[in-house]
Amino acid sequence: MINLTIDNHAVSVEKGTTIMDAAASIGISIPALCHIDLKGTCVKNTPAACRVCVVEVEGRRNLAPSCATTVTEGMVVKTNSARVIRARKTVAELILSDHPNDCLTCPKCSDCELQKLVTRFNIRQMPYKGEQSSRKKEVTVAINRNMDKCILCRRCETVCNEVQGVGVLGAVRRGFDTTIAPTFDRMFKDTDCTYCGQCVAVCPTGALTERDNTDRLLDDLCNPDKVVVVQPAPAVRVALGEEFGLPPGTIVTGKMATALRYLGFDYVFDTDFAADLTIMEEGAEILQRLRAFLSGEGNVKLPIMTSCCPAWVNFYEHNYPDLLSYPSSAKSPAQMFGAIAKTYWARKMGIPREKLVVVSVMPCLAKKYECGREEFSVDGNPDVDYSISTRELARLIKRSNIDFRSLPEGDFDSPLGESSGAGAIFGATGGVMEAALRTVYEVYTGKTLPRLEFTSVRGLEGIKEATIDLDGFPLKVCVAHTLGNARILMDALRSGKLDYHVVEVMACPGGCIGGAGQPYHHGNVEVLRARTAAIYREDEGKPIRKSHDNPDIQTLYREFLGEPLGELSEKLLHTHYFDKTIK
Amino acid sequence: MSEIKISCEALHEVEAICDSFNCDPGEMISILHACQNKLGYLPVEVQRVIARKLGVPPSKVYGVVTFYSFFSMTPKGRNPVSVCLGTACYVRGSDKVLEEFKRVLGIEVGETTPDGKFSLDCLRCVGACGLAPVATIGEKVYGRLNPSDIKKIVSEFED
Repeated sequence: MINLTIDNHAVSVEKGTTIMDAAASIGISIPALCHIDLKGTCVKNTPAACRVCVVEVEGRRNLAPSCATTVTEGMVVKTNSARVIRARKTVAELILSDHPNDCLTCPKCSDCELQKLVTRFNIRQMPYKGEQSSRKKEVTVAINRNMDKCILCRRCETVCNEVQGVGVLGAVRRGFDTTIAPTFDRMFKDTDCTYCGQCVAVCPTGALTERDNTDRLLDDLCNPDKVVVVQPAPAVRVALGEEFGLPPGTIVTGKMATALRYLGFDYVFDTDFAADLTIMEEGAEILQRLRAFLSGEGNVKLPIMTSCCPAWVNFYEHNYPDLLSYPSSAKSPAQMFGAIAKTYWARKMGIPREKLVVVSVMPCLAKKYECGREEFSVDGNPDVDYSISTRELARLIKRSNIDFRSLPEGDFDSPLGESSGAGAIFGATGGVMEAALRTVYEVYTGKTLPRLEFTSVRGLEGIKEATIDLDGFPLKVCVAHTLGNARILMDALRSGKLDYHVVEVMACPGGCIGGAGQPYHHGNVEVLRARTAAIYREDEGKPIRKSHDNPDIQTLYREFLGEPLGELSEKLLHTHYFDKTIK
Repeated sequence: MSEIKISCEALHEVEAICDSFNCDPGEMISILHACQNKLGYLPVEVQRVIARKLGVPPSKVYGVVTFYSFFSMTPKGRNPVSVCLGTACYVRGSDKVLEEFKRVLGIEVGETTPDGKFSLDCLRCVGACGLAPVATIGEKVYGRLNPSDIKKIVSEFED
């Protein structure tokens, strides 16, 4: 242990601890801007670029960046001396000298880390005037880029390269002309960008934000010629409350359903229902490949990989076009929902396809992109018309004068609103695997599971593996989150060294609960942990906890689809992948 | 970006250069130097090959190429003109020489004429200060230049 003094408090911390972390351990919160560290995940950026976190270290001539300086024995640190306080303020003022400072209309207003520091540092004027950067702006289907607001903290670059292994964003040029840009200064759509949006999730300012669809939604909601139905994803209900001051991990499923109804949606359904449907199809596909493998058929593509995550789909289409036959052909739950809503349900209700608007509320930005994929539309009419993020839903609720916290508990409409606990856990890394195992085990063995929880696939560890005993057959499974970890698995698969039967991949840290459309975590990993815990509480509270036990799913197959992997299921619920190598 | 397609042969040369450095990402700058020496510039296709060979994202290679002013993504002319703006040349009027090159060639610094015959760049000192102001065209050094000489020098280059 290393002993030191911070602001006259004696502290004892482990060797290798930074001054910033040592200070935090005794409740001294040193401001930071470029620094982010989602402890327990691989999301970490400490370039010591911004110098907002500087502190005075006795015996050292210059100020030290506390995020990147490790403690030494007997160190005497001052985090709040007049020199430090003035230096920090100057640093922030210099950043502002090349910032648009149009905070009132900035999409990041009130959620901006730079803005918070300006308030905290008591900056009341702009003392420095100078040349302003004029950098590229871009609007895509999912991500908006306004690099004039970029403060070059490099968080997005680190996440895109080190965490996601996507390698699109990077610094180009030098000095005043430096900018963070996609590969070869291109537009995102002409690069390997997966739209995972993790760059947006960590951007401290308004440089990278989501494409906002709320105005479009408002228009549809007040159009009497449209029937507007909504489906919120599993991860939304454990995070939405944060936007209204509720503690992370508060489950707001009932309030969310009521809010969606008050907003004017004609029908409030649930993506959790479609998650159960996904398990039916993907589970059947797992069993099909397993049986083929066990019967000694050659050339069975194992491991089968999940395909719910649109950023992950983009990732393998761009980077592993030679391995496209491994992922399951099952569409994502959101797209399955759209396909069923615009066929089965629309026919049942007598609503013509063109009158029906299907909106998804997603923790995700890649889902915005996914809605526009050509194969997910019929004659140009998309199965899911568009997607809004958890943040956008919160914005819409606030705009519509709804006092979210005092809302009564509501429920989803039938028949596309009933779901099992297995559907609920899709929102956390390992959830799809666990949900699939619950069904695959029972269908394969014909026995009832003695214990529903597969805890070995839960948690924030980057790559988790487990062996499940299927009546004597050891089923080897693996769960990865972040695309960087996915790359490790895919490289192993390419070289024939991936020895699993089933693999789950989610692009975002922690799975969908850490999605880029969720309320900003601002580097606090406890937020992700609380959401994860809430997901599993939601599962425990459900009367039905296995997808194949969902009565509305059973009805859907009886009345309409026939059986999993049947002709109609294949047509509506399955897809195929494309080689999207960038030339 | 450059519309000119680089030949397969040239891309094989790039691969060979990467191999000669054992495809070590730490040697990226040396590899870029060698490739630019060979091809005259570093177009997107070349950067992609280097990225693939070194196992790094193309954005990393692009970041390095745009960081150092020595690297260029525009093809040089068959006769690359470099005007020295070092102190000795500058005080003897190389700025006016440069202006005249721009006027005669109809291009700015860093550009190439549409026919690919000339490109124009600046440099700092070729070690011939006694001949100031100096310009180089290809390997040849022209000294004691007067703006009025430029038109004639340029016209001496056949296609």
